[in-house]
Amino acid sequence: MDLRAVFAKTLSKLMKENDKICILDADLSKPNGTAPLHKEFPDRCFNVGISEANMAGIAAGLSSYGYKPIILTFTPFATRRICDQVAVSIAYAKQNVIIVGTDPGITAELNGGTHMSFEDIGVMRSIPTMKIYDVVDEIQFEQAIPELLKLEGVVYVRVPRKTRPVVFDENYKFEMFKSDVLVEGNDITIIASGTMVHEAKLAQEILKEENISAEVISLNMIKPLDKETILKSVKKTNHVVVCENHNIYGGVYGAVAELLCQEYPVKCGVIGVNDSFGQVGKYDELLKAYNMTKEDIVKKVKEQLK
Amino acid sequence: MKQKAKEIRALTATCIQALGAGHIGGSLSIVDVLTVLYYKHMNVDPNNPKYEYRDRLVVSKGHAGPGVYATLAHKGYFDKEELLTLNKFGTNLPSHCDMNKTPGVDMTTGSLGQGISCALGMALGAKIRKSDEHIYVIIGDGESQEGQVWEAAMYAAQRKLDNFTVFLDYNKYQLDDSTDNINSLGDIYNKWNSFGFYTQSIDGNDIDEIDKAINNAKAYKGAPSAIILNTVKGKGISFVEAAGANNHSMPITKEDLAKALEELK
Repeated sequence: MDLRAVFAKTLSKLMKENDKICILDADLSKPNGTAPLHKEFPDRCFNVGISEANMAGIAAGLSSYGYKPIILTFTPFATRRICDQVAVSIAYAKQNVIIVGTDPGITAELNGGTHMSFEDIGVMRSIPTMKIYDVVDEIQFEQAIPELLKLEGVVYVRVPRKTRPVVFDENYKFEMFKSDVLVEGNDITIIASGTMVHEAKLAQEILKEENISAEVISLNMIKPLDKETILKSVKKTNHVVVCENHNIYGGVYGAVAELLCQEYPVKCGVIGVNDSFGQVGKYDELLKAYNMTKEDIVKKVKEQLK
Repeated sequence: MKQKAKEIRALTATCIQALGAGHIGGSLSIVDVLTVLYYKHMNVDPNNPKYEYRDRLVVSKGHAGPGVYATLAHKGYFDKEELLTLNKFGTNLPSHCDMNKTPGVDMTTGSLGQGISCALGMALGAKIRKSDEHIYVIIGDGESQEGQVWEAAMYAAQRKLDNFTVFLDYNKYQLDDSTDNINSLGDIYNKWNSFGFYTQSIDGNDIDEIDKAINNAKAYKGAPSAIILNTVKGKGISFVEAAGANNHSMPITKEDLAKALEELK
């Protein structure tokens, strides 16, 4: 199922139960799938037009009134465009707002370079109190939404709009602030975030054929990091590759490296966008263009193990 | 009311002097509107600053903190002695307004252009729950150069928010120079009017005119209100007024303060 459909379906249910939840769109309610919510809850859904800064401020004001606003727009406009509004009116003012950035990184596909954010995690991660969730698949997202709404303060969610391969099964149980060990292994830890979890799992299967035992961690929360799960794994394997759909500077690689260099210094490889801008292309074409395919991960793992 | 405004000006000068310098010009220009709001129009309770159904004021030009704090202390939100801690390490009265530090402050402001959107969110909040608070916001004239002000203006009109009143502190100066020399507001009355606001332009340092304009704004249904306060930056203290373009943030010595307090008797 489209992740935006999962969002709308889940919110429709939650908004019936909780009359504090508000939805704010900036002229992207159709592509982000929230248009039906505007029809169902006209009093609590606002389409502010193409004015993301204003949307962030309105959300802060609604929060100060006891509401739980969720603002949605494409990732670059949810982060770099309104960084100061998020930092001051929302985070510094201690307001409760969920910021949903859709189509992070290469999932922006045909919208191309202007709409393809490789820096959104960096922007948001450096704002104090910010929590960041990188959505892996529809099973996880559906479970995570009600939990995210229970959090105090500001939360940034980066989520593709369209269908992504399913990683988790029906027995999956999402736990807030917890990473998931998808596959256990002994030779190397692959820490993957968001859509890269799927690629990491595919890489692990190839590695297994070649008798390399990789442990795959689905990060889920980029901030705060699940330090315990990461350290436990790395202390076992002593080798790490981080896979992220983001610039290798300022993102998940940075976060993991910051942790490891304080707690357990090991050499740490990375798969991600090597300080480049975006471009138009299909997901698989972009994975190749930025050297983020399962084959690239396999190669990187072998380099790390040399 | 006029006497109260004088006392609030005296408190403003006193707290800025305690620090040695501060944003005195743009604090003094809005003292009259603050006085009328807190002593005549706003439904607030200094003993219960977070009272849920209170009217809200967002001072979007957050650097006017000293004027706001002087008003809140005068109204009894906290002890006047606390004004002497203005902008000192560990204070509850920082240079720019902070809702998490100062009782009575309804929104954290200081990054210009943002407070008006926050106030707009509050006005929408009141409409959702169908309660009848009025939301006031004070923006600066220099602040009006921020695009976000106009994003908020468009949407307030779109939603016909008649519980929302914007005061423009049109004191004609911003930090570097006069607004006309930098980036003029032009025909500011017609700007607000054409955005769909019920717009009034008044002497913003005249208590009676302010009172009347707020009554008009509250009575007007079906559109938000804009009240252009034609003010004097540094109003009420002659040497601050005389400093003109240099009074945005200026030093106040003990001798200056004595002179100011004499004028404000």
